[in-house]
Amino acid sequence: MSFPWANEYKPSHPFMQWMDERLPLPRLVYNSVGGGYPVPRNLNYFWNFGFLALICLTMQIVTGIVMAMHYAANTAVAFDTIEMTVRDVNWGWLMRYMHANGASAFFVVIYIHIFRGFFYGSYKAPREMVWLLGVVIFLLMMATAFMGYVLPWGQMSFWGAKVITGLFGAIPFVGEPLQQWLLGGFAPDNAALNRFFSLHYLLPFVIVGVVVLHIWALHIPGSSNPTGVEVKTESDTVPFYPYYIAKDGWAVGAFLFLMAVAVFYFPNALGHPDNYIPANPMSTPAHIVPEWYFWPFYAILRAFTQDFFFIPAKLMGVLAMFGAILVWFFLPWLDKSPVRSGAYRPLYRKFFWLLVVDMLVLFYCGGAAAAEPYVMISQLAALYYFAHFLIIVPIISAIEKPLPLPYSITEAVLGDDDAAQLAPVANA
Amino acid sequence: MAETEGVRRRDFINIAAVSAAGVAGVGIVIPLISQMSASADVLAASSTEIDISAIQPGQAIKAIFRKQPVFVRNLTPKEIEEADAVDTASLRDPQTLAERTKEGKENWLITMGVCTHLGCVPLGAGEGEIKGEFGGYFCPCHGSSYDTAARIRKGPAPKNLEVPEYAFTSDTVVQIG
Repeated sequence: MSFPWANEYKPSHPFMQWMDERLPLPRLVYNSVGGGYPVPRNLNYFWNFGFLALICLTMQIVTGIVMAMHYAANTAVAFDTIEMTVRDVNWGWLMRYMHANGASAFFVVIYIHIFRGFFYGSYKAPREMVWLLGVVIFLLMMATAFMGYVLPWGQMSFWGAKVITGLFGAIPFVGEPLQQWLLGGFAPDNAALNRFFSLHYLLPFVIVGVVVLHIWALHIPGSSNPTGVEVKTESDTVPFYPYYIAKDGWAVGAFLFLMAVAVFYFPNALGHPDNYIPANPMSTPAHIVPEWYFWPFYAILRAFTQDFFFIPAKLMGVLAMFGAILVWFFLPWLDKSPVRSGAYRPLYRKFFWLLVVDMLVLFYCGGAAAAEPYVMISQLAALYYFAHFLIIVPIISAIEKPLPLPYSITEAVLGDDDAAQLAPVANA
Repeated sequence: MAETEGVRRRDFINIAAVSAAGVAGVGIVIPLISQMSASADVLAASSTEIDISAIQPGQAIKAIFRKQPVFVRNLTPKEIEEADAVDTASLRDPQTLAERTKEGKENWLITMGVCTHLGCVPLGAGEGEIKGEFGGYFCPCHGSSYDTAARIRKGPAPKNLEVPEYAFTSDTVVQIG
């Protein structure tokens, strides 16, 4: 679906006309990311992060395929093949550090993308399905990143794999057999390394598939926008090409600049030095931490130190960690406020920023040692995290008096609907 | 043909075909899931023999069982006394030392070197490693302390260090698994 004023694809070249009648792929592109897709004219820079996420995914797939050409998923040589890729393979260092830092960049981008959604109510009707698919993509990303981190078979790889698969051991009755089934053995070893490699190669393509659904679902109602007011007339929109292609292109340039700074000057800043020690099943590093992007959820996992009635503390931690993301699936129905954008929700806006602070506190605690005061701070922060979604957001949406909304996007931008000038039609 | 009464030919074919496809679908899922379980070579390596003749009282060694560390510890009489002096009712995972060792071999404490919290390797088996405030093992990851019977006394771990299945094949050789 698109708006009735969307530009129509009219190929002028005879070959493109011939193609259009047989396989209308150029038409699909034109209507999806070309001049045929009208987008609200008032999108701010936070709306660039979806496109940036796509760039990250592409970069990870390309550099990942290259890494796979030089890697061997065998515990005897895995560590060495990574080191040899960096040292001996032409441009191997670039591919390796782009891939490792690309994962971090992907999570930076996706966290901003998700919190954009929180602030502007992007999860609300009619875009619930966009949101749900987005949460699925995030879960797939977490699984992919975790398995990727295991592949270099360093100390953090090994012990990360052991701790995370150990979480499944907390499930009553089936836990231990399940853990052994996941690992294909009693501890992480060749079987586990091989299947992680296989799945690490597979899942990005599953992500591509869900991304297609995500964009498809988005293009039915069209993009949301900072006012949260739906598109009413043609003057509310501009065609995706050239306007947002140009803006996204600018964002990609800025992103790649930062990426280059990280890859060229701080390639190991976000890694853990212990992962340059080959895996040793006989010796645990003193301080096991996951990659930084898992810290908030790791803090929630470790926040449970007491048994809760009949549920052991370890299982509670596991349930809470997964629950912290699963609760996002219910957000479209927990937030009943008809106003989308946080810009017009004075109360919600305050609690949004509190959630950001809460996440940063959890982030810090997740990277710190499991000692006081961090455990207690994690407990309070984890409690607040769940309270935000399950208690605060539903209450706010019931009691808040939102600010008056503009009549239209055009009015919000130009002060008057009649001041609008339509974007000139770009030739196909 | 009795096309008008009872089961019609097309219905029968439809149900039979869908059922067959369903059975085949389930049938292929079983091998696909089962192949991920521990393979025969991994299971074959799940037994190990250890010569304990060189371990003096107060010493311990780290051996490998199922690719995981196993601690074999020769307890001193004092350590046995300390373990027996504890009121088992006060323990998180109540067990006596006698329940965790073999009869007549109470000085041989054989446990997995895998913390029951999140699977780290506790300290205390190696020469000069800290043994924690209860004189047994200490896990550096999240601070679980085990006593001289490797029972959990403090910290987040829910259970005592696991005692694997083992048997003394002679006075100086233990077979684990």
